Amino acid sequence: MGRYIAKRIVISLATLFVLVTVVFALVRLMPGDPFSSEKITPQIRQNLERYYGFDKPILQQYVIYIGQLAKGDLGYSMKYANATVNDIIAKAFPYSADLGLRALAIAVSVGLTLGIVSALNRKKPIDAVCVVVAMIGTSIPDFIMGYVLQYFFGIRWGLLPIAQYKGFAYTVLPSIGLGFYTLALVSRLMRSSMLEVVQQDYIKTAMAKGASRFRIVWKHMIRNAILPIVTILGPITASVLTGTFVIESIFAIPGMGKFYVTSVQSLDYTLVLGMTVFFGAFLVSANFIVDILYGIIDPRIRVSRR
Amino acid sequence: MEATSETLDRTLFERVGKDRDKMESIERPNLTYWKDAWRRLKANKIATIALCVVGLYVVMSVVGPYMTSYAYTATDAKATDALPSAEHWFGTDMLGRDLWSRVWMGARTSLMIGFVATLLNTIVGGIVGGVAGYYGGKLDMVLMRIVDVLYGIPYIIVAILMMVVMSPGIGSLIIAMVITRWIGMARFVRGEVLRIKENDYVAAARVLGASDATILIRHIAPNLMGLIITNTMMAIPNAIFTEAFLSFIGLGIQPPECSWGLLAREGSQTLSIYPLKLFFPAFFISTTMLALNLLGDGLRDALDPRLRGE
Amino acid sequence: MPEPILDVQDLSYSFKTYGGEVEAVRGVSFNVFPGEVVGIVGESGCGKSVSAQCALRLNPEPPGFRKGGRLLYKGEDVFGKTEREMRDMRGTEIGFVFQDPMTYLNPTMKIGAQVEEVFVGRPGVSRKDAKRRSAEMLRLVGISDVERRSNQYPHELSGGMKQRVMIAMALVGGPSLIIADEPTTSLDVTIEAQILELLDGLRKKLGTSIVIITHDLGVIAKMCDRVYVMYGGKVVESGPVEDIFYRTAHPYTAGLLGSIARLETECADELKAIEGTPPDLFSPPPGCPFAARCDYAMRVCYERPAPGYDLGGGHASSCWLRHEYAAPVELRSPCAPGTVA
Repeated sequence: MGRYIAKRIVISLATLFVLVTVVFALVRLMPGDPFSSEKITPQIRQNLERYYGFDKPILQQYVIYIGQLAKGDLGYSMKYANATVNDIIAKAFPYSADLGLRALAIAVSVGLTLGIVSALNRKKPIDAVCVVVAMIGTSIPDFIMGYVLQYFFGIRWGLLPIAQYKGFAYTVLPSIGLGFYTLALVSRLMRSSMLEVVQQDYIKTAMAKGASRFRIVWKHMIRNAILPIVTILGPITASVLTGTFVIESIFAIPGMGKFYVTSVQSLDYTLVLGMTVFFGAFLVSANFIVDILYGIIDPRIRVSRR
Repeated sequence: MEATSETLDRTLFERVGKDRDKMESIERPNLTYWKDAWRRLKANKIATIALCVVGLYVVMSVVGPYMTSYAYTATDAKATDALPSAEHWFGTDMLGRDLWSRVWMGARTSLMIGFVATLLNTIVGGIVGGVAGYYGGKLDMVLMRIVDVLYGIPYIIVAILMMVVMSPGIGSLIIAMVITRWIGMARFVRGEVLRIKENDYVAAARVLGASDATILIRHIAPNLMGLIITNTMMAIPNAIFTEAFLSFIGLGIQPPECSWGLLAREGSQTLSIYPLKLFFPAFFISTTMLALNLLGDGLRDALDPRLRGE
Repeated sequence: MPEPILDVQDLSYSFKTYGGEVEAVRGVSFNVFPGEVVGIVGESGCGKSVSAQCALRLNPEPPGFRKGGRLLYKGEDVFGKTEREMRDMRGTEIGFVFQDPMTYLNPTMKIGAQVEEVFVGRPGVSRKDAKRRSAEMLRLVGISDVERRSNQYPHELSGGMKQRVMIAMALVGGPSLIIADEPTTSLDVTIEAQILELLDGLRKKLGTSIVIITHDLGVIAKMCDRVYVMYGGKVVESGPVEDIFYRTAHPYTAGLLGSIARLETECADELKAIEGTPPDLFSPPPGCPFAARCDYAMRVCYERPAPGYDLGGGHASSCWLRHEYAAPVELRSPCAPGTVA
């Protein structure tokens, strides 16, 4: 287990390093520059470039950036006057985190329930309904889902607010819009995982021991069926995160995703870089936690290595 | 317990011995793997309908734009934001461009990106994963460490940045998607090759002196093919989604060209007034993904050797 | 004569599949008396496991269903019981030892908990009792260091050890009957001997009846009092072990005996395989299922199912060669040339 964790840490750090390097290179390769669109004299421009360190050779800029990064300093935004990237993230992240967690909570709890109910009632009407819902859910992109919810529940029927994020009612549509795809995905995976487990020999053993139906389902089926679901928690977090890019734009929520898309479009180098590093670090740690979690709950991995 | 001998004829007790025809008889029809898979796919009504829908969209993406007299880029200042009519079957956009021809031109872009990007992914990932899995050793170690590290990188973020770096268009979309997505396929293929390699029939072939190429082509590839096809099929909706996502946030296809994602972006801007403009691209994106998902499921069931004979 | 503990009467059991009905068990009768060890022998797919699992109704239903006949346990019809009544029987009345301890143990549950599970939800057994009895049983089946082993997971144990756990699980509830389905097939020969010895010792100690399902006549010879030979979903020959081995009365049994290697006797000059494969129970032949592979097959064998012939002393055979019209033949079994008619 110790070696397993050490290995995961090394891989995570390497991933992060590669990510920072690639993104740094990509950002510098972007055509145009952040100052070209404004009315800026060559003199001011030079000053600005010196201020942001763009006059130095690219390699030196990279070393400086890594140095600052190690101290947790992501630099100043180039578009938002006097705002550090850290400030912007500190302001925007709580919105995204709140939205993302709500979406994940809905997706995992409802998705697992649907998957289990569906598998236990195989070939009955309720299974068909669950399968259809899941199939449709995994076929509708989240930005379309967001607009559909906004249009019907907000614009047409006026039931729920369609913009901003100022209380529970405001959270309902965006978190469902964001979580629906994942919900459907989780329910599909859980269903097939359950159907796989149902056929396992040890279920017959449990039956032969006279265990109750409830106990067989709970202790033997769900316990084993849920293991593969844990492995996709990492990718699921990633997909919910990218989902915030569009959902936050649609519902005008001042979160990370909205800032990210606008900063990419306006070529705000430091903000793009800083937010990407933050996203990357976040996802890498999420994956790391999931890996460790999996190691803990699956006894077969606990002793051996993966 | 004595038999009722009076009903029996003595000639029945003539010795005839074994029946060599019946001895090994298998009453079920004997089909090759692919024939069997095709038979089961055809028997699956949902998958057949899905296949028809995908086929219809592909055909329409070729002929659809030519079914009206309006070119997909032609603007008309007198007929902006029109509702569907006999003239403009799906209406027009805010510049008066005909939505019918734009939707099907968009289908051409979206489907092509989906299919081509996924195919390239499969080829690149399949080769890397296959080589790593088959030869193993140091090469595998190195390749898989690289894959391990790259796997954790959020692909959509890298794709977004690449789209800004490259000039937007079909080519850059495909490149961005292949560069960021081959890793999953490589991991999958490597795992499967490792699993198949462990089988006794591969060991037997090796003992008999079969070359690497023979083993790869005759023993590993056929066993891998079904899984690769299924996996590729399942990845197409993902690629279509990624294109739509990038175009939707304004980093993919740029007007006057069009794709379903871009049409959705344009339609969303006037959602409260002209919801139909979002409805059309949204409908086609979703039904395409639905049909491809269903087809993928059908293929998975048809190609799974464990389900044969069901 | 005492009442049989398990009495199967003309049982037919089928599975509905996509392509049609698979008739896995076609009119099988057998019984087990208290304290007896009964063997059911036959090759894979002959219906031996399916019929044994009917005793606890462990076959998945659907697609499985009983087509006809009865199965009485201690005089009560098992197929007439409710699910609740079945649950009370499982583990406490009949214990099951499965073939492959690798797959029949839950990989994510500790050994101790899996054995104790037999007592979960049983009135009158406290948690502490369950723990104590499980530990006792694990010790009895030869697991050393029970404290530590109970806290381990299946993959941390060897194959033989896992099979011991399976046996402990089958016995811990104090059942009157143990059904062991290929208990040693997945184990090494040396481990096999240990496991068989263990089962035999436990039977003597606890007085449990045992049904052993196997394709291995060696296991039958070592363990059983009586044997049922199954082929193509039917019992083709049955009787005391000596009769089956030395007065073989069915060509299939003779074929089975001819196909095993025996080191201790000189008479086995060649090892003979039975040519061909068993019939597809998807559409079973109308006559004797073995006819197509039988050297002595007559026309009647292909057309009509053979009736059962009582050969005395509990020995019976379903073979047309017993009919008065059939020409007498001598069935060659490798050691004792058994004769027919």
